[in-house]
Amino acid sequence: MGDFWSGLGQAAWLVLTFDSDLLAIAARSLQVSLTALLIASLLAMPLAAFLAVRRFRWRRNVIALMNALMGLPPVVVGLIVYILLSRSGPFGILGLLFTPSAMIIAQVIIIVPLIASIAHQSLRDLWQEYHDLLISMNVTQGQKIRTLLWDARRALLTAALAGFGRAIGEVGAIMIVGGNIDHATRVLTTAIALETGKGDFALALALGFVLIAITITVNFAVHWISRTESEGRW
Amino acid sequence: MVNSLFPLTVRDAVSKRGGVPLIGPIQLDLKGAGITVVMGPNGSGKTTLLRLLHGAARLNHGSIRWACDQEQARDAQTFVFQRPIMLRRSILDNLIYPLRTRGVSKAKAQEQAEHWAERLGLGGFLSRQAPSLSGGEQQKLALARALITDPELVFLDEPCASLDARTMKAIERILIDTRANGTQIIMSTHDMGQARRLADEVVFLLNGKVHEHTPAHDFFASPQTPEANAFLNGDIVE
Amino acid sequence: MTHRILSTVCALLLATSLQAGETLRLAVTTSFHNSGLADVLLPVIAKDLDLEVQLLVVGTGQALKLGEQGDVDAILVHSRTAEDAFLNQGFGTHRREIMYNDFVLIGSDTDPAHIQTATTAADALQKIAMAQTTFVSRGDDSGTHKKEVSLWKTAGLDTEQFGPWYTSVGAGMGAALNTASGLNAYIMSDRASWLNFANKGTLVLLYSGDPVLFNQYAYIPVNPEGKPHIKYDLALKLESWLVSDEAKALIDSYKINGEPLFVFNATY
Repeated sequence: MGDFWSGLGQAAWLVLTFDSDLLAIAARSLQVSLTALLIASLLAMPLAAFLAVRRFRWRRNVIALMNALMGLPPVVVGLIVYILLSRSGPFGILGLLFTPSAMIIAQVIIIVPLIASIAHQSLRDLWQEYHDLLISMNVTQGQKIRTLLWDARRALLTAALAGFGRAIGEVGAIMIVGGNIDHATRVLTTAIALETGKGDFALALALGFVLIAITITVNFAVHWISRTESEGRW
Repeated sequence: MVNSLFPLTVRDAVSKRGGVPLIGPIQLDLKGAGITVVMGPNGSGKTTLLRLLHGAARLNHGSIRWACDQEQARDAQTFVFQRPIMLRRSILDNLIYPLRTRGVSKAKAQEQAEHWAERLGLGGFLSRQAPSLSGGEQQKLALARALITDPELVFLDEPCASLDARTMKAIERILIDTRANGTQIIMSTHDMGQARRLADEVVFLLNGKVHEHTPAHDFFASPQTPEANAFLNGDIVE
Repeated sequence: MTHRILSTVCALLLATSLQAGETLRLAVTTSFHNSGLADVLLPVIAKDLDLEVQLLVVGTGQALKLGEQGDVDAILVHSRTAEDAFLNQGFGTHRREIMYNDFVLIGSDTDPAHIQTATTAADALQKIAMAQTTFVSRGDDSGTHKKEVSLWKTAGLDTEQFGPWYTSVGAGMGAALNTASGLNAYIMSDRASWLNFANKGTLVLLYSGDPVLFNQYAYIPVNPEGKPHIKYDLALKLESWLVSDEAKALIDSYKINGEPLFVFNATY
């Protein structure tokens, strides 16, 4: 229990003194995970909408696969991305291993199925509601997808937040592909793993508190933004 | 308005669901009489007929031919459902939507939407969310949204089911104006009074088939079949 | 809208790949990193050579693999047999000894196997095996793990034959020490990781000093042949700094809790 309180104290101290290492690590965490979130959303949400409006032969299988991939073990994703990006791997020429870009790639792979699955559920419900209307209006496939994405945007925000939470809290994959290099690819979760390894539980816990604080802040900020918007409209 | 859709020729049209025929075989020739009212007892296939003509129900057998090609015909007609479907947007955005998907400029769409909202008495709260409107307001909005693109033909499926008299009157007013504009209307209704007030011709359905198709005046004055006569008298028709 | 999103993505991707100055990737072992010596050396290297050394802290096995695949420019490890194999396969150009530290035997302060009175490392291990008291092994094929296994062998014991008291955790030094602390078990650690370890509990240093416990660190530049991205000239530049008098002074004077850790022994 002593570690807990000294962790809390240390966290407060690190935050209040604007510890430059902490700020850099936290900023990198945010940058990597937000970039991954943006890319993953741009891939997952249109995919989810497409799966909602389009009937094709393998649709059910694609959806089942997508749901299954939600449980993709991050450490395996990390290993595969590592092998692909390694200098001796097929994409080695890009020199991306042990860079934040590699971490972004791994996180995108991990959260795309999650975001797509959650988004698909709400888009499917909305499509049931809109189906007859949009069919009768004879709109194009692209317009259907855009309409669903726009009108379900708040549910999509929830999907995005779930993706963000998984991305920023993930450690297994980014440890492998990022290498946890100080001042280059060290983020909050890998720093926590490192400090735990050194037995410095207080510092690890302090970093953990900062991570939780960031996650909560981002969630609150997003909910606050979506609420102010809805208040203006309802 | 020059109407490119009619005459409409329906031959041996059958629509099934799960292998069971819902309606048909249907033979029907519509020349565009103004307001065509589809009548018939519950389950006679009124909704299915409207959907089938609109292309929203599957045509399993037979043919439905418009005077123009199929794609052009789809673009020239709209549909108002019995239970209005509201986009989860404001009133204004619901009205703008069909215009924008047809490539009308934002400014022009906005202008037309405001005009229609005014006409429906919804002008005061354009920014209200459509799903929060009352049933009658939703139905008026759905009608305006169907008419705003100036279609050649509008289908209405029981547009006044469970609406109060005032709203019904407002909607009938709009339908009469719409007809005067040259837009064709094909609607189903349960309301005999409404049918008498609006219909130019009547299609009487029984057991999924066209039982009678006559000018409205003739239908109400002297129905040709005993079933139609019984229906008009308020008897139970099977 | 779409354009704005796309340009944001591009900007973010570019921002993440930009790096200042010259960088060199060096794979080191956890035990070296846990010593904290890197935190002293790297800033001086950055200043003297205008070179940012990026450390990849991994086990010996992975360090060698990284060098083999060309994902790092040089490695700093401490496992002679593995190093020789690496050189023989042509993955490294040469091996340069830099310094050594030593391994120590740690255990609960009650010392149930009485290894405090041991005369040699082999003697201490035999006592532990005799008493069958819990012993935590890294079990991760790291340099430290390999060293531990070879010491058991020297003591005439085979780790494969041990009972459940021999606990293989498959983890890094810190995690293994955490486990030993939780189990009040014996464990072999490098001195640096032990001194820097913050969660000691009842663990104390029980035996050290046998020359077989010395742990030689060597620096190996990765062979750039067929790997054009390898920064071989920078790796050589770093090597000459590591064997310089300045490095010697920093390494020899590095202390944790007043105890020196490393002995510089590079030859010119």
